[in-house]
Amino acid sequence: MNFKHKFVFLFPGLFVLIGILIFPIIFTIRLSLSGWNSYTPEMNFIGITNYIRLFTDDPRFWESFFRLSFLSVTTVILQYVIGFALAMMVWREIKFKRFFRVIFLVPMMTTPVIMTVIWRTFFHESLGPVNDLLGGLGVKPILWLSDPVIAKFTVIIVEVWQWTPFMFLLLLAGLLSLPKEPFLAAAIDGASPFRKFVYVTFPLMAPISIGAIIIRLIEASKIMDTVFVLTSGGPGTATETSSFYIYIKGLREFQMGYAATLSFTYLVIMIISLTIIAKVLTKLMIKE
Amino acid sequence: MKTIKTCVTALISALLVFSPVAYADKWSDQFPHIKATGDIPGDCSYESMSKKNYKGKTLKINTHAVPVMGEPTALHAEQFAKLTGAKVDVTHTPAGDLYAKAMVPFQAGQAPYDIVFGFSNFINDWRRYLEPVPKKYVEMKQMKDVTPSHIGVASWDGVMYQFPVDGDRHYLKYRKDVIDNPEYQKQYKEATGKELKVPTTWKEYGEMAAYFNGWDWDGDGEKEYGSAEVMKKDDLMYAAFYSRSAAYSKNPKTPGGFFFDLETMKPLINNPGFVEALTDWVAATKYVPPGGINFGLGDEIGSFGGGQTLFSFSWDDAFVAAMQPDSPINNKVGAAQLPGAMKVWNRKTNSWDEGFNQAPFFVWGWAVGVAKKSKEKEMAFDYLCFFANEANHQADIGIGRFGVNPFRNDDFKVDVWTQIGWDKDIAQSYVDTLAQMEQSKNRVFPLRVPGTFEFNAALATAAAKALAGQLSPQAALDEAAKQWEDILNRVGKDNVRKAYAVGVAMEDNKQ
Repeated sequence: MNFKHKFVFLFPGLFVLIGILIFPIIFTIRLSLSGWNSYTPEMNFIGITNYIRLFTDDPRFWESFFRLSFLSVTTVILQYVIGFALAMMVWREIKFKRFFRVIFLVPMMTTPVIMTVIWRTFFHESLGPVNDLLGGLGVKPILWLSDPVIAKFTVIIVEVWQWTPFMFLLLLAGLLSLPKEPFLAAAIDGASPFRKFVYVTFPLMAPISIGAIIIRLIEASKIMDTVFVLTSGGPGTATETSSFYIYIKGLREFQMGYAATLSFTYLVIMIISLTIIAKVLTKLMIKE
Repeated sequence: MKTIKTCVTALISALLVFSPVAYADKWSDQFPHIKATGDIPGDCSYESMSKKNYKGKTLKINTHAVPVMGEPTALHAEQFAKLTGAKVDVTHTPAGDLYAKAMVPFQAGQAPYDIVFGFSNFINDWRRYLEPVPKKYVEMKQMKDVTPSHIGVASWDGVMYQFPVDGDRHYLKYRKDVIDNPEYQKQYKEATGKELKVPTTWKEYGEMAAYFNGWDWDGDGEKEYGSAEVMKKDDLMYAAFYSRSAAYSKNPKTPGGFFFDLETMKPLINNPGFVEALTDWVAATKYVPPGGINFGLGDEIGSFGGGQTLFSFSWDDAFVAAMQPDSPINNKVGAAQLPGAMKVWNRKTNSWDEGFNQAPFFVWGWAVGVAKKSKEKEMAFDYLCFFANEANHQADIGIGRFGVNPFRNDDFKVDVWTQIGWDKDIAQSYVDTLAQMEQSKNRVFPLRVPGTFEFNAALATAAAKALAGQLSPQAALDEAAKQWEDILNRVGKDNVRKAYAVGVAMEDNKQ
């Protein structure tokens, strides 16, 4: 029998894949080899000039990348710890369990840009309520947004508030799907709650945890709206992240060719580093 | 019979004499925005526009977010639609995206918008995609009243590409009730040994701002501060830095460039004049309100306009906002030229020239053009002409949040401002300040060269690093100068020189 006709059914999916995934990547690579900008609006070919510039003469990109690494790793760790704790809390039989489950999800349901505007108002050093409240307690105004070190932690606070519910949701779903038997066995053996967590809950949750952490790391590594609204990358370049820097180069300065170079390089770095992180996490968290 | 003739003649004369008023009543009833003046006859008046018929046609406009420029665009679009029958679609875009939102379709050969709003320093990048303003509009009465500086800002090599709707410059705003207060003058003299007066140098500005920083000097129960300034990176802060630098670096004895040496195209932004300005600015971080290092233009307007600081310098908006009837500091503010310096860098002799120097900065303002590929060019220019007609313009310049500022000779008349409730001496100081800037022979105009955004962004990033303490002023400006060299190499020195020469000719009073 001739089954060649079955390949026809693959074409629609293939076209979609090429259209939405392959073509943009190929276009970005081609654009990265051009000098397209506001004064040369054409897809000329300049070879690897942009890549040479990136690797030899653009410390700002690398600084923003390491800053991003710090911000995303810190926020995801905090989100994981807090999210796990909250999930554990409402996994148990507690009063108002359903109410808490909904309340904990509220931040994730809000629009990040709007919430960041509200956070920015909260943290406004001279007009915001946070410093007013602290002032009432005799604390000097804190430079939430204008001190290079504190501003990083302000970004972390907002990100953790916004996205911990996502971690909570995934981890709660994981907890609810765990088998009962290991817990019954641990209870019969008289294991303490701490030992139950360390030797039963945590190992059983490892695959879900790794998935949740990787998903959040991917998302956190694209952090843009929070930085854009909260600090615009400032003070100075203290909170500038890779995606914000690429946005500046591409859409503020209109260096489209160079921005494509940054984007493609960033994509490659992220694929490699996330693959390594996933492997390391698997090795650390899942014991054969 | 003779009596009847006399009566008829008198009636006709009265109708002729008062006909503009009759129109004014008619139009201001329908459009309360112009209730103070009514319609003012002209080629693009309400009356003239009502005779146009654009029914069935659609005009698409991309403008800034509400309220600054976005609100008047939408308001005049609504009025224009009512008068002409046209459908007008207005899209509002944040300031940072105005450039790209027009540039992307421009470069793709499309015209999703007939009219694009932006800033006047976009002109060199945009002009190849914009339709020059037709002769009939250039020669209209309302255009003849535009000051030569602003005709220059809207034009390139003698061709007008941007329709003047706004006139911008940076100047000093101060709390008149504090500076003119005899008690504070005495107190300041005792504390510092110096006179409390409108500062004429940046050093005086800094000293006074530092003295009036962090205590309640207006008795409202809240702390006040020295100065509100635009210090936030990527939020027009480079313009604030140029304003502070002009006095130290724009030397009338060394024509031929403020940003670059036109002859060699060597960036000048790390010379001792600019470094001195940045050093002053770093010191200013100590006398701005808490968080002032992150103030964008909106924060600056809100801070000074809300009575939080003694000084401010930037566009007119904060001053006009402060003078509105609902402002807590209504009629308590004064305007003056940007402070100067007691020395200015001479790049020819490589030394400081001692003596007072001041240089007004005609910073870019809102600008608007018609896309070359637009299919509705005539309607688009009619809209712009209507936007800036005398009645609309007079109403718009009195509303701080609109961002429409003086650019016509008539705007420099005291009556225009006293009519909207300003004290006469404040109105006088305001129009004198603007007029003195127009008359100055040591002006600085915005950088309008290919790659303007890259140059300004590099400068802003470096200055922001200095303000945040990440780099010293000299190191920051050296970094910016190095980046400017790289940009020059990418864009081509000759391309930049050719474009820069146009601005330098204006600065050197050759145009």
